[in-house]
Amino acid sequence: MAQILFHIFIFPGILFLLVMSFLIEFIDRKLHARLQNRVGPPWFQPLADFIKLLGKEVVITDEADVTIFRVMPLVALTAAVTAFFYIPLWGTEAIYSFNGDLIVVLYLLTLPTLSFFLGGWYSRSVYSAIGATRALTQLFAYEVPLLLSVLASALLAGTWSLSELTRFYDAHPGWWLFNLVGFVVALIALLGKLEKVPFDIPEAETEIVAGYLTEYSGSLYAFIRLALNVEMIVGSALLAAVFFPWGLSCGPLAGFAFFILKLLVIMALITLLRSALARLRIDQMIQFCWKYVSTLAFAQVIATLIFKGVFVK
Amino acid sequence: MSDHSITVPIGPQHPALKEPAGFMLQVSGEKITGVSIRLGYNHRGIEKACEDRSYIQDIYLIERICGICSHSHSTAFIQAVEEIAGLQVPPRAQYIRTLVAELERLHSHLLWLGVAGHEIGFDTLLMYTWRDRESVLDLLADLTGNRVNYGINTIGGVRRDIDPAKIENILKIVDAVEERTKYYINLATEETTLIQRLSGVGALSKEDALRLGAVGPTARASGVARDVRRDDPYISYGELDFKVCTSDQCDVYGRTVVRLLELMESFSIIRQVCAKMPDGPVSVKAPRKVPAGEALSRYEAPRGEDVHYVRANGTDRPERVKVRAPTLANLQSVAKMLEDRYLADTPIIIAAIDPCFSCTDRMIVTDERSGSTRGMCWDELRRHGIEWYRARGIDTTRIKLALP
Repeated sequence: MAQILFHIFIFPGILFLLVMSFLIEFIDRKLHARLQNRVGPPWFQPLADFIKLLGKEVVITDEADVTIFRVMPLVALTAAVTAFFYIPLWGTEAIYSFNGDLIVVLYLLTLPTLSFFLGGWYSRSVYSAIGATRALTQLFAYEVPLLLSVLASALLAGTWSLSELTRFYDAHPGWWLFNLVGFVVALIALLGKLEKVPFDIPEAETEIVAGYLTEYSGSLYAFIRLALNVEMIVGSALLAAVFFPWGLSCGPLAGFAFFILKLLVIMALITLLRSALARLRIDQMIQFCWKYVSTLAFAQVIATLIFKGVFVK
Repeated sequence: MSDHSITVPIGPQHPALKEPAGFMLQVSGEKITGVSIRLGYNHRGIEKACEDRSYIQDIYLIERICGICSHSHSTAFIQAVEEIAGLQVPPRAQYIRTLVAELERLHSHLLWLGVAGHEIGFDTLLMYTWRDRESVLDLLADLTGNRVNYGINTIGGVRRDIDPAKIENILKIVDAVEERTKYYINLATEETTLIQRLSGVGALSKEDALRLGAVGPTARASGVARDVRRDDPYISYGELDFKVCTSDQCDVYGRTVVRLLELMESFSIIRQVCAKMPDGPVSVKAPRKVPAGEALSRYEAPRGEDVHYVRANGTDRPERVKVRAPTLANLQSVAKMLEDRYLADTPIIIAAIDPCFSCTDRMIVTDERSGSTRGMCWDELRRHGIEWYRARGIDTTRIKLALP
């Protein structure tokens, strides 16, 4: 029991994710600033922002559905934190695992988007409503390629369990290179999921103020930001576990160091892309995702099937 | 679909707008089905205030119409006054005015490029162009003493001369900014997401541009080769060699290209001005009282044709000053450009005319019942303002300022 509580609240649960999310946000903001020729914030800025937001008044509009408006940020945060327990961090074994946990992680990562949609929709603001609709529209564009690219990697390993998947690639070193196209697809889909430029369409500042976040303030807004950060960590960790499953059998410490390294590389790629690109329109985004990204994901799945059928048997 | 249309207010306060203006968009899904534009949130009564001040005071007031094209407004005003007074401005003063005018165009167009980047979510471009713009502002501060409201114009000439060391400095910085501009031209022709967001957006055909009276880069990007600098040369543009840049793209991308090419022309103009700078005095003595008469002055501001009308009555104060800022001429086209576009295109379409609402806002009282219109005099306007606030419980006349 004590161990379970430790896992949930300390490591790798809430406290660890809290620290990591501030760290990741700082690295993201600092790197983004340096790429833009700015100085960037000091290391404690994300923490300072969080504390400041917690101290601010929460304003809820008269027309908003108070319960849904208040609960949704916490639902998003909980879903993202829960998903983290199924991802192997320092070895080939996650804290909890069963056959099918890969699907559960993907499902749990969809929940934040859905809860933001509901929160935005029930805040009854024009900007929130448009942002919420866009978030959902975007969901249909990136979710399929993300699932397909992860599926390709799982097909090669022949398992639906993340822990077994890492064990498989650990036993077959070098095979992860086969999934690099899938990684590119998943990275693009992750940009859509995390709503980063060029896919920050649901919260496009100059068009719809802050999208579904427009009416959120104070501690509720702080929790949404936290949920988004945790989603970023979990998403990057999932990509690291599925597409870079190496260096996990050389002890927990080295394995954990490798995990952090992989996380930082994926994060840096996301930051680089968001600094170098302009925001697309929703119609362009959907067209891009279905026309090119999904095709690429299908190609990866078919290549995996052929590879498996011809060589593995 | 039309049953589900909602009204999205862009403004008066909105992140896409740098100044207050109201755009009410009827949106069906992501498509815009109707637009109504409302101006006047930034009315400051400058025209009326000019009538209560002397010509010299007016220069500084007029300069503050706009924080970007301040030199444009003050030069346009001064040209009109000089024409009424029959002053012959020395050529060296005209060249210095031209130099400041082109430097102003540089920083204004670089500013626009950054704002355009921001509107389409490309903040890196904003940071880069504004860094380069900074060196132009420093240069203006070096020449005139100020970064924004230069205060270099005076009736009959300019207030400061420039020396060869400053000219050398100008040429050095212009070279550096030219390198950066070439980089942005490359970027605009190569970066895919940028092109995707700009081309085909905010279409304005040549016929529509002419019919709706578009001016400046907005008109030139629709293939209308209109430029006051060439069509009706003022200050020293008649003696300089430059092209009028146009584009047949007729969209926001065309407007970007036109502005970038104009930057290249400005570099060439600045070099010519520095090379040809004549010797002589920089101002002539101007009379305090201007004889009765009226004049209309045209000026190609970075945003388009700026028109000033001045009527003098023989005293030291103008009887009437009228300003038509370029944004007012371009706003009619915005409604046309927004037709049937996506909501996501709104910020960049509005930004593409490089709007400057505080320059534009003028007031006229319209009585809807009788349909009559009339202006308000300065005292009346002031009284109206005081009473409006008093009715809401704020009495500004009773505020005592605690001065040290």
